[in-house]
Amino acid sequence: MTKTINLTLKVWRQKNGNVKGRMETYEARGISTDMSFLEMIDVVNEGLILKGEDPIAFDHDCREGICGMCGAVVNGRPHGPEKGTTLCQLHMRHFDDGDEVVVEPWRSRAFKVIKDLVVDRSAFDSIIQAGGYISVNTGGAQDANAIPVPQNVAEKAMDAAECIGCGACVAACPNASAMLFVSAKVSQLALLPQGRPEAAGRVKAMVSKMDDMGFGHCGNERECEAECPKNISIVNIARMNREFIKASLK
Amino acid sequence: MKLDSKIPDGPIAEKWDRHKFDLKLVNPANKRKYTVIVVGTGLAGASASASLAELGYNVKTFCIQDSPRRAHSIAAQGGINAAKNYQNDGDSVFRLFYDTVKGGDFRAREANVYRLAQISNNIIDQCVAQGVPFAREYGGLLANRSFGGAQVSRTFYARGQTGQQLLLGAYGALSRQVAAKKVTLFARRDMLELVLVDGKAKGIITRNLVTGDIEKHAGDAVILATGGYGNVFFLSTNAMACNVTAAMRAYKKGACFANPCFTQIHPTCIPVHGDYQSKLTLMSESLRNDGRVWVPKTIGDKRKPADIPDSERNYFLEEKYPSFGNLVPRDVASRNAKEQCDKGFGVGETGYAVYLDFKDAIARDGEDVIRKKYGNLFTMYEKITAEDPYKSPMMIYPASHYTMGGLWVDYNLMSTINGLFVLGEANFSDHGANRLGASALMQGLADGYFIIPYTLGAYLAKEKPGTVNTDHDAFTEASSDVVTTLDKLLSIKGKRTCDDIHRELGKILWDYCGMSRNEEGLEKAKTLVKNLKKEFWTNVTVPGTAAGMNQTLERAGRVAEFLDFSLMLLEDARTRRESCGGHFNDAFQTDENEALRDDEHFSHVAAWEYNGEDREPILHKEPLVFEHVTLSQRSYK
Repeated sequence: MTKTINLTLKVWRQKNGNVKGRMETYEARGISTDMSFLEMIDVVNEGLILKGEDPIAFDHDCREGICGMCGAVVNGRPHGPEKGTTLCQLHMRHFDDGDEVVVEPWRSRAFKVIKDLVVDRSAFDSIIQAGGYISVNTGGAQDANAIPVPQNVAEKAMDAAECIGCGACVAACPNASAMLFVSAKVSQLALLPQGRPEAAGRVKAMVSKMDDMGFGHCGNERECEAECPKNISIVNIARMNREFIKASLK
Repeated sequence: MKLDSKIPDGPIAEKWDRHKFDLKLVNPANKRKYTVIVVGTGLAGASASASLAELGYNVKTFCIQDSPRRAHSIAAQGGINAAKNYQNDGDSVFRLFYDTVKGGDFRAREANVYRLAQISNNIIDQCVAQGVPFAREYGGLLANRSFGGAQVSRTFYARGQTGQQLLLGAYGALSRQVAAKKVTLFARRDMLELVLVDGKAKGIITRNLVTGDIEKHAGDAVILATGGYGNVFFLSTNAMACNVTAAMRAYKKGACFANPCFTQIHPTCIPVHGDYQSKLTLMSESLRNDGRVWVPKTIGDKRKPADIPDSERNYFLEEKYPSFGNLVPRDVASRNAKEQCDKGFGVGETGYAVYLDFKDAIARDGEDVIRKKYGNLFTMYEKITAEDPYKSPMMIYPASHYTMGGLWVDYNLMSTINGLFVLGEANFSDHGANRLGASALMQGLADGYFIIPYTLGAYLAKEKPGTVNTDHDAFTEASSDVVTTLDKLLSIKGKRTCDDIHRELGKILWDYCGMSRNEEGLEKAKTLVKNLKKEFWTNVTVPGTAAGMNQTLERAGRVAEFLDFSLMLLEDARTRRESCGGHFNDAFQTDENEALRDDEHFSHVAAWEYNGEDREPILHKEPLVFEHVTLSQRSYK
């Protein structure tokens, strides 16, 4: 049943990447429990705009959990308390009247704050550019059914391919490592026969780029898997490590 | 202005091959001298950027989001059509062509649609080669399902995330070209103006959404792949940033806008539940393969759905359309749901919802099978509504989803502005008055991977490369226009937020130009929108400045364009005095309340030419000629 709650928000405000940020307190009143977390911020922002104040900047787009654009650390957890849920799909029914809610941006050396909750995740694009694809030009591909892929293999590749590139894994990791993100793409392409010809070069290039971009190392904390909104498994990290060792021994 | 569709001569099955041969080529050594601007990185923009860069052109690619991977193609759930006939169930290029023309209620160009059907097979091959993890059968071959309005299984899919996987494939190809330094990527940019030099598209003006800088970019041609205008309704299944600004800037510079009134209202979305709502969520149409749509037979029946016996349920789609049942095309399914709710049979708190029930499918196939097919959709539904669709039926209601109208393009995908090409949902060409399920992904990728690489070359072959740079007066003028508009938005300092005004605009359009329309309502809506436009330009408030990130300013600019665009949309709906596909005028319906076309007077594309601020646009008509399909009343009974 629909009801309304009142919350106290403590939100990270930072004008831009060159100045220091600080926590600010806002009251969120009359919040319907059917709202999404982002709709709750919309309501707070509408109030700020009408007062002529600067609304809270945050990234968001599809609002249905697939584009990977949204994300903030809510009460210490990336995308908030619900498992397997992006911030846009987190609904206010998971909060209680009177709760204090702390909202911060992703924290990582590789993700610089642009403004408030908005961070620069272009390091992820750089890693994909280093090799997260199969090198085929448009045209000239053989008939799709000429490459049979066993169903269980296709399913595993799809499990990895579900990654939305939101960066929650990095935000969750004590070392701010991007291993889950990188391994999801490495796994998807290493599992499929189409991706095998470049598998060795790909894993080396992507891991090396990940290090260059300032992400930390994996310490097997498994925080990434616990917070991933798409439930990407650390099995992919193990698979990437195997691929990396195989490639290094070649 | 005369619209020349440039449809090649010859038998329909040979037109594209012949045309490709007739098109001029750019020498491989000369391609690197050309710069092409691509705006948008959805399926059409990303695939075009990658394919053109592979050919050797220099490509500058722009997107609004922080990464090209986030474009809204990513949210397409159900699948992509192709005429592979892997299922041996009678599919063919001609059948896909026929179904698409008929599904579009005979308001699309035959030649374009035939080419689309031909190319559909290449798309699947290309995507598989890229590593797109489509669903497979146990033997390792590709799986198919039947999908909205088709009687053959021709839809390829990757769980309920087909758009995501196809987009990530195209994003991979694009990323490869970024690494090869053939594509320069500009993320977090808003295109705010098109630059013409001697009547040709030669560049764009963008706002850097991080720094606020107004930037000039020159090129030898401009490609818009900027998506549809579904957000004109405020509430839609589109992403929050989807907008009509780029298309409107092109329109105001002379590109005709075609068939804006062809909007698609998707039947299976989660119903509206509050005033604060920011968007609506689609539940894939594939659910209609197993779900049964019904309402109680008694008005105001408040029993729980499980307590209502079969004999007291009205499975209205199965009843009315025995041969297609729950799989009728989107426009038909949407209108019937609305009709039931308008009569008072609707369910849920607002009475504007119908049930989509999986009880029988679960009893027949078991919960595991249903979970495997639709697990992610059921989870998404439960997250949003807190109700478990395995136990009680989903509640659904139609919502704005896709727009068939768009900038007018010829067979080469060039608009009425020389050198301005338009791809994907942003153009109007292939879906007529209603798009069939799983056809949007097909069209976006056809345009980007397999059409523009040929047709753009033919244009550039006649253009000298690099004739214009950003020092040209046209760039100075365009960028100062942009600054003037931004300053104006910031200076109003009124009492209403841009979202508040956008919400009001959306309500006007939904009420008077949504699933059904009539003369009186459209006239009224025009007056309301004109007043709202005045209200916006005198009473909107945008805090902050144009320097640095200002998300409210971004939104305000988009609402301003939606207001202007709405007036054209309403005028198009008013002048199309027939019903077809997604455009349903109450005055034109059959005895059985189906859309009644007027082929004698309206078998044409309505292309609108800008005629100055606050003046009615000028209508141009491109006649549609049908030589390979017989025009008929669509029947799904």
